[in-house]
Amino acid sequence: MRGGGLWQLGQSISRRLAQADKKAVARRCFASEADLKKTVLYDFHVAHGAKMVPFAGWSMPIQYKDSIMDSTVNCRENGSLFDVSHMCGLSLKGKDCIPFLEKLVIADVATLAPGTGTLSVFTNEKGGAIDDSVITKVKDDHIYLVVNAGCRDKDLAHIEEHMKAFKAKGGDVSWHIHDERSLLALQGPLAAPALQHLTKEDLSKIYFSDFRIIDINGASCFLTRTGYTGEDGFEISVPSEHAVDLAKAILEKSEGKVRLTGLGARDSLRLEAGLCLYGNDMEQHITPVEAGLTWAIGKRRRAEGGFLGAEKILKQLEEGPKIRRAGFISSGPPARSHSEIQNDKGANIGEVTSGGFSPCLKKNIAMGYVKSGSHKAGTKVKILVRGKAYDGVVTKMPFVPTKYYKPS
Amino acid sequence: MASSRLFWASRAASYLKISVFHRGFSTVLKDLKYADTHEWVKIDGASAIVGITDHAQDHLGDVVYVELPEVGAAVTQGSSFGAVESVKATSDIISPISGKVVGVNEELNNSPGLVNSSPYEDGWIIKVEVSDANEAKTLMGADDYSKFCEEEDAKH
Repeated sequence: MRGGGLWQLGQSISRRLAQADKKAVARRCFASEADLKKTVLYDFHVAHGAKMVPFAGWSMPIQYKDSIMDSTVNCRENGSLFDVSHMCGLSLKGKDCIPFLEKLVIADVATLAPGTGTLSVFTNEKGGAIDDSVITKVKDDHIYLVVNAGCRDKDLAHIEEHMKAFKAKGGDVSWHIHDERSLLALQGPLAAPALQHLTKEDLSKIYFSDFRIIDINGASCFLTRTGYTGEDGFEISVPSEHAVDLAKAILEKSEGKVRLTGLGARDSLRLEAGLCLYGNDMEQHITPVEAGLTWAIGKRRRAEGGFLGAEKILKQLEEGPKIRRAGFISSGPPARSHSEIQNDKGANIGEVTSGGFSPCLKKNIAMGYVKSGSHKAGTKVKILVRGKAYDGVVTKMPFVPTKYYKPS
Repeated sequence: MASSRLFWASRAASYLKISVFHRGFSTVLKDLKYADTHEWVKIDGASAIVGITDHAQDHLGDVVYVELPEVGAAVTQGSSFGAVESVKATSDIISPISGKVVGVNEELNNSPGLVNSSPYEDGWIIKVEVSDANEAKTLMGADDYSKFCEEEDAKH
């Protein structure tokens, strides 16, 4: 088997639908499965036929009864509900929480209007990405952000270290890790209509990247109009004791059209939307400029710097990065991460970081890093799969148009 | 046989301590021979047809690409001659028998999903001129293969 990895594993085994005496099997063979953390929705997933796999220390659904293909398409046609409670929600509070956070991320947090957010990147001293995160200004003394499950320990250690130093100098900032909450992502065209049944707030007034603390299905939720699929939708941080009821209510209000969707389809969806998966498409040594996230560096931040690695990043902005993230459509077998990319003369120009078959486009799509100059849409490339070169072309991302809900 | 698709999956599952539950309704045909890497072969005198089993396609999910060998290529029992790609997975296809490829299922170029919908008929992969019919003795019959799949599932 070449090119192993979670997704391959998940897909290979995920078709084994649960049957018979699951608990007996689990007891007999998997005592150490107990080491994996479970979200409060674990039993709910299993009852809905989920195939659970280990992901970043959690037991998470990779797929339910539908194939990844059907599940991906259904998200764009109707809607998907994902349990993403493994991700880490964090509040930073205090009158200096903004200047504190601005030392660590590239976003112009100060200029964000209260109740709005943005995608941002935590950088290291070399300008590389520690993690990507959606950062929301609740109000001037309260920031809410969500970081990747796989980066939780590293991110928290990084933030804590800088917080100690900041506080030692008299800065007013503290944090709260929202382990008392669960996180649901509701995505797709039916997301807003389904959710509107469960809240009195007028969702048509809440636009992409907006944030509200509102009552949903009887619980006080953090609602962000954002997601990881390219569709309109929401991420709902709900007190954990209300999470199962909320999931049930959402499925019910959509009359079954919004379906529970696993990490397998989530990966296809985000790839179609051209969004980075941290650990694949973005890593410690990749800068936000190389990753094509220059837009996320606020104008003021470009002028003033003041974040970790700013020197290197600002220099890169001036001179242009040596490598860039680009999208590809290719013939033959789907390109996978680590597939070599060559120019039309056969010289190595880079490597694929994520790739697969697009369930919505029915084509092979991929993203990866190539030398600057070879990143322009329309550039012909060769992608090597099992030693054979297949034709590919640099393609503008997102591969599938995004449908974010923005004021017209 | 470290490159077998399901052996790999099982081993990885075992390594990652995942529970994999037995599904138990894959079809197995009586007149075929089966490899422990989940390919089937239908031998008729000196010629043979090779494909992957229902159990294998079921575990892989939607097949989106089948990499076929050239007609005339030599295949060896236990060695890879091609690959099956699903939305997220890449799997080698291991030949259950040695010989020369005398035909490939060109239909799979346009309709790789035939491997899912008809693994034993329209989703066949290659035709082989068999060089050593005795090799078939090392393969499993339908009953043994069914039992093998059950055991493999139960193990993990």
